[in-house]
Amino acid sequence: MADVGVIVARVLSLLGLLIVSAALLTWLERRLLGLWQDRYGPNRVGPFGILQVVADMLKLLGKHEFVPHFADRPVFVLAPAIVLVTVLLTFVIIPFTPAFPLVDMNIGLLFFLAMTSLAVYGILLGGYASNNKYALLGALRSAAQTLSYEVFMGLSLLGVVLQAGSFSLGRIVEAQQGLWFCVPQFLGMLLFLFAGIAQSHRLPFDLPEAEHELTAGFHTEYSGMKFGMFFLAEYLGVILVSSLMTALFFGGWLGPVLPGWLWFVLKTGVFVVLFVLMRAALPRPRYDQLMRFGWKCLLPLALLNLIVTGWVLL
Amino acid sequence: MPFLFYLCALIALLAAWQVIRGVNAMHALLYLIVVLLAIALMFFMLGAPFAAALEVIIYAGAIMVLMVFVIMMLNQGDSAVGQERAWRAGRIWRGPALLCAVLLAQLGYLLLPAVVSADAAAVDAVAVGRALYGPYLLLVELASMLLLAALVGAWHLTRVLKHRPGEEV
Repeated sequence: MADVGVIVARVLSLLGLLIVSAALLTWLERRLLGLWQDRYGPNRVGPFGILQVVADMLKLLGKHEFVPHFADRPVFVLAPAIVLVTVLLTFVIIPFTPAFPLVDMNIGLLFFLAMTSLAVYGILLGGYASNNKYALLGALRSAAQTLSYEVFMGLSLLGVVLQAGSFSLGRIVEAQQGLWFCVPQFLGMLLFLFAGIAQSHRLPFDLPEAEHELTAGFHTEYSGMKFGMFFLAEYLGVILVSSLMTALFFGGWLGPVLPGWLWFVLKTGVFVVLFVLMRAALPRPRYDQLMRFGWKCLLPLALLNLIVTGWVLL
Repeated sequence: MPFLFYLCALIALLAAWQVIRGVNAMHALLYLIVVLLAIALMFFMLGAPFAAALEVIIYAGAIMVLMVFVIMMLNQGDSAVGQERAWRAGRIWRGPALLCAVLLAQLGYLLLPAVVSADAAAVDAVAVGRALYGPYLLLVELASMLLLAALVGAWHLTRVLKHRPGEEV
């Protein structure tokens, strides 16, 4: 039974760590945005405004949990939970150190793809159950966007899988001992980055919730902690895509001098900051531009990458 | 492990029953997704993790999303639920029930200890790939041609007609 205790402790500590870092990320993002846009950002509550997170959380908890009377109630309540659970479940395969992926499955990457494809339901059903035209439009866009970008995401990862000879993330990191995959798989890395931004619907690809045209997209009708769950899932998604970038293309825990977990956290942190910088710097494209870019530019590139990788390996 | 397997099977059966019985199309679809997930778990426990992952990615993650998408666009209200309920009554059950009874009888026969062969082995990604690109290569190519035809057809249906000069709009 000691085994079960260890596993439960690891799961709970990972869960706590993730939720705390996602919450802190909301503060970090606003501070960084402030820095890049020549203003302060939240700096009043606590040292450097870091307690703003706590204040926001208390505010969200204190809000009225409102379910509109025209909503499809069970589905409306289920939707944010689906989004959060699928994102959290994906973290079980992330290899933070050689000994700490919660599960090192031999279908690790496929598990990630499966979970991202299930996460669509949360958004789709949230939009449908709200019974509101903005929410519906946001959900339709997000479904189309996620389905299309999932295709290139899968294809862009296959180059890495071919080179490492395994779907398991631990094996993929070990295969990068001599050379990180960001060099031979440079194209694959770029494609995965684009697809990752689109999957976590962050700016510039945040069309499902484009504020200037859809109020808040699929989560227009959500308030209180249900909105909080969507929000948390979005930031967890940023951390997830960043840590996958680290594990797949930038050598995961590999690095000199410093301990492995610190390398992993540092590399992931760089990508998280990159996500915020992109939000600060880039405008949002039009929806048809986004779809055209995906199908006419990224898909052929992903196929080309796969063909060239296969050819070189053979 | 057998307990978990039968639990999954039970969930799949109950959810499937709800799919057939439900009158709200969206809720029925959600139950269908539960069926697919339960089946994926059963594949996993039978030692076919690759098939399980594909079941989730392709069926639950892509095909069912499209179905949900379409039903969402149709925006069926209470009238659709009433219509579904009206269709439910009467003789409409007889044909499907008869066919299902035949299938059930077959299943029962196959489960007899004398019939079943117990040489089931784990099928991994490599084995699936070898089979597809070895003995079944022709079928894979035929399927890809079929998909190509569907792709061209979809492009043809959604193309934008160019406005020719000197023509009324």
